[in-house]
Amino acid sequence: MNDLAEIISRNESQIRDEWMRDMSNSVQRSDLISKTEIDEQCRTLLAAIVNGVRVSGTAETSGSGWNTARDYLQEISASRARQGFSPSEVATFVLSLKRPLFGAIRRDLAKNQDLLFETVWATTELLDSLALLTTDAFIAAREELISRQQQELLELSTPVVKLWDGILALPIIGTLDSARTQVVMENLLQTVVATNSKYAIIDITGVPTVDTLVAQHLLKTITAARLMGAECIISGVRPQIAQTIVHLGINLEDVITKAKLSDAFALALQRSGRTVVRQAGATTAGAPLLGSPLRKQEG
Amino acid sequence: MDRIPVLRMGSLLLITIQVDMHDKLALQLQDDVTQRISDWGSTGVLIDISSLEIVDSFIGRMLANIAAMSRVLGAETVVVGMQPAVAITLVELGMSLPGVRTALSVEAGMELLYGASFGLQSGSENERAEA
Repeated sequence: MNDLAEIISRNESQIRDEWMRDMSNSVQRSDLISKTEIDEQCRTLLAAIVNGVRVSGTAETSGSGWNTARDYLQEISASRARQGFSPSEVATFVLSLKRPLFGAIRRDLAKNQDLLFETVWATTELLDSLALLTTDAFIAAREELISRQQQELLELSTPVVKLWDGILALPIIGTLDSARTQVVMENLLQTVVATNSKYAIIDITGVPTVDTLVAQHLLKTITAARLMGAECIISGVRPQIAQTIVHLGINLEDVITKAKLSDAFALALQRSGRTVVRQAGATTAGAPLLGSPLRKQEG
Repeated sequence: MDRIPVLRMGSLLLITIQVDMHDKLALQLQDDVTQRISDWGSTGVLIDISSLEIVDSFIGRMLANIAAMSRVLGAETVVVGMQPAVAITLVELGMSLPGVRTALSVEAGMELLYGASFGLQSGSENERAEA
């Protein structure tokens, strides 16, 4: 195997030139990465391969002698995943090393056919496993990106807003799954305690579909809020969703539901002993209410 | 501490649970509450669990039991100040405590009980209707 290391180091610059040329024919994305950067990456990777062969003496890339090469390749793949390369482009980066390397091996070992075949075979295996490694690293980097975005989405999408003293609103956008329900529930209950709110309006205008599971999650949240002494009102039930709920036989009889957020808000105001009055002298219906349009009735 | 104090406040009983409940304590509390209601003729029981951080199904059932027993003896029960984590745990355990009234704070609980026993709540509703 050490022949391979020798061959590479002897023909290093020629191999690299041919490698660069092969890449530019197929996958060099000059829009995403600069030529000098690729050159640098080729140089480092070749050196790491030579080092791997020398230290471990085999083309088995799982050994500890290959750590440097593996780490470096993973790093390259991860950065390319972020830059927007496709997985095949990343794999081709390694695979396009085959032709220049085989050429160099043939030039050096032309006299010994058996050794030539053996070395070519070992090199093929080596490059294939390195290419697979890049794909694995690429997918891992993408997966990490996706899970981070999921987490961000989870945090972004569950705001609890205070509508009035003692009245909260929780607009839910997107489908409710178990993980999101957990976040929504915790957020809501924490805010109920922090603001000492007696009424919470859960607005499901942004929930595309309500099936039995979503309804169960909603009921759980409502029950938990009730246990703490807050009352929940569901609003934003669209006509189709009302039909679905009845067809599925979901029991929402113990829960107050309203079609619009404004209806729910009016109910919460009424229940907390407040009424909305239009100021005398206000001319247009849409005029902003000044002063104290809401007054709390003593009782 | 081998029992939880049950305080009398007019026609109400005030119970503040400030230690981790264990089963014996819970059973003792049930005895005490029922005894006091019948002794003093209380019409309301207010249980403050704002310092309770850990619940299990037994404690959950005990709360439901106290409420049910009090109702049999003619008193309303309000559980106040439940922590979010406790509420989530009880829901996950499948205990929604039907029949137990809840309030956010002791103050709100008092209002609920006085309203229930003296008809203040219905009075205010009448006023609202007239207004």
